[in-house]
Amino acid sequence: MVDAALQAPSAAVARRRGGFRRFMQRRSTIAFLMALPLILLIALLVIYPAFYSLHLATLNKSMERFVGLGNFAFLFKRETFWMVVQQSCIFAITAVIFKALIGFIVAHFVHNIPSKGQRKWRGMLLVPWVIPPAMSCLAWLWLFDPSYSAFNWLLALVGVDPVSWTGEPNWARASVILVNVWIGAPFFMIMYLAALKSVPEQLYEAAAIDGANWWQRMWYVTLPMMRNIMAITALFSLIVTFANFDIVRILTAGGPIDRTHVFATWAFWVGIQGNDIPLGASVSLFMVPILTVAAVFILRDINRRAGEMS
Amino acid sequence: MTAASLTTPATSARARKYGSMSRDRRWALRWSYVFLTLFAIFFLMPPVYMLITSLKTSAEISAATNPWWVQNPTLSNYTELLTSRMYLTFFLNSALVSVIVVTITMLISIPAAFALSRMRFWGSATLATGVFLTYLIPETLLFIPLFKMFALVNEHLGIQLINRWWVLLLLYPTLTVPFCTWIMIGYFASIPKELDEAALMDGANYRQILTRVFIPVALPGLIAATIFAFTVSWAQFLYPLAFTTSADQLVLPVGIITTLTKGDVFNWGQIMTGALLGAAPPLIIYAFLMDYYIAGLTAGATKG
Repeated sequence: MVDAALQAPSAAVARRRGGFRRFMQRRSTIAFLMALPLILLIALLVIYPAFYSLHLATLNKSMERFVGLGNFAFLFKRETFWMVVQQSCIFAITAVIFKALIGFIVAHFVHNIPSKGQRKWRGMLLVPWVIPPAMSCLAWLWLFDPSYSAFNWLLALVGVDPVSWTGEPNWARASVILVNVWIGAPFFMIMYLAALKSVPEQLYEAAAIDGANWWQRMWYVTLPMMRNIMAITALFSLIVTFANFDIVRILTAGGPIDRTHVFATWAFWVGIQGNDIPLGASVSLFMVPILTVAAVFILRDINRRAGEMS
Repeated sequence: MTAASLTTPATSARARKYGSMSRDRRWALRWSYVFLTLFAIFFLMPPVYMLITSLKTSAEISAATNPWWVQNPTLSNYTELLTSRMYLTFFLNSALVSVIVVTITMLISIPAAFALSRMRFWGSATLATGVFLTYLIPETLLFIPLFKMFALVNEHLGIQLINRWWVLLLLYPTLTVPFCTWIMIGYFASIPKELDEAALMDGANYRQILTRVFIPVALPGLIAATIFAFTVSWAQFLYPLAFTTSADQLVLPVGIITTLTKGDVFNWGQIMTGALLGAAPPLIIYAFLMDYYIAGLTAGATKG
């Protein structure tokens, strides 16, 4: 009797411990624990700060008072803000278009040459993408130097007046885009080359038998087959270019007189250097709409392909 | 006789046609090489110009000579930088941060990718999509709230995070882990189910399946992900610029820009040398592991 009374709780403990062990051994629990560090990382250092920046954007400069949409109202009244919006859009759209065009053209040339030489060319042409952008931007800064520009030296040879690459607003905007195209075009080239290689040779043979010329082969075979990868590469690049920081920061630091600032560099200027964290957070939040649109399209494409595969 | 006379014009016509086609091909090929050369000059010009400048003395840089040619090549910039305590500190910080971040990334993303690709649990499909979406969130959106968050941590918990190089160990994984997990999910999902079923039959547990089957089979993907994590950590510029300021805490990109470009007189020979040496580790990895590098590059959009 006493024994039984003594044994009962220990059995319960044993059962509970067994239950816990069984719970721990369950497949889904192990899986959850394996993914836990990833969940924590994303929750604490990505999702939380993303929402926190929404909260920050509603505070005043000293972060003591709630001002609602006051920061946004303040931004809308500033001319610099509208300039930054315009410049960011011009920067991102122009750069992505040129990157896609150059990537497309170069990919075709690489695809044209005998395959044993392709590796070498591909290797050379991807170098701008491999060099850390901060480092290559320094090289460009030196190439654009006001007094020692190596480009101006070449221009002087053909009798052209020196260009103020980073000093004059429109030239500065063009220079920043040029550097972005230089860095990003190789990525497009690699993606498009992969897409070109995935087009079955039989399609071209069939088109040739039907008497299709070069343009028709391009328009009816190559482009439809590449459409998916082209779209997704452009969207990826749009996100990265729109949120770009390094290039503008190093080449012009936003100057001359804010004429090259994009959202990221202006947010840094206002938020970290100007010590107005709420206003900086509000500025960077303006990147969200266009990023969301691009992300929705990318996700739709990925889900569709996942559906096709299964 | 008649048959022979009938076939000869036909064959010669065909031969001529083939000849003209191959002539077209030859011309297309020649033009391809011409344009590829032009593009290669455009793409390789800045790094080559870095090398040219790095071999010059300050006197030669400021002289009005041909900037594209070195009159008196010298290695003095290299010896100066490689014996400069500050530059070596930057290099060491960068190397340390990158290697530790790669390790953290792999420790987090491999088990997570295994769990998400093979062992379903509540919400695992949503999580996989979420991982991909996280990869699309740029760091320029997060640096301000993170900066404020870390300042608050210091205020309330007394842990100094800002202006310490190891704060980057917390920040960089937000850039590397989502992408690495995403491409590892792709690689793991392509492993046939029969393989892990066979291992389960032989009495292997999940840890053994992961280390004995999945990691060896998906090794190319693992190498691609490692290269990606390393190059991203090595090249990251915004986070160290915002979160570290003291010279002994800086990593390479920020170190070169803030210390070598101080004041009005830029020592361009040294800046270019520093930038070239800073670009060397990713370039060396790329030179030796180009196929893995490209596999990682294209995996993001083509897998999934």
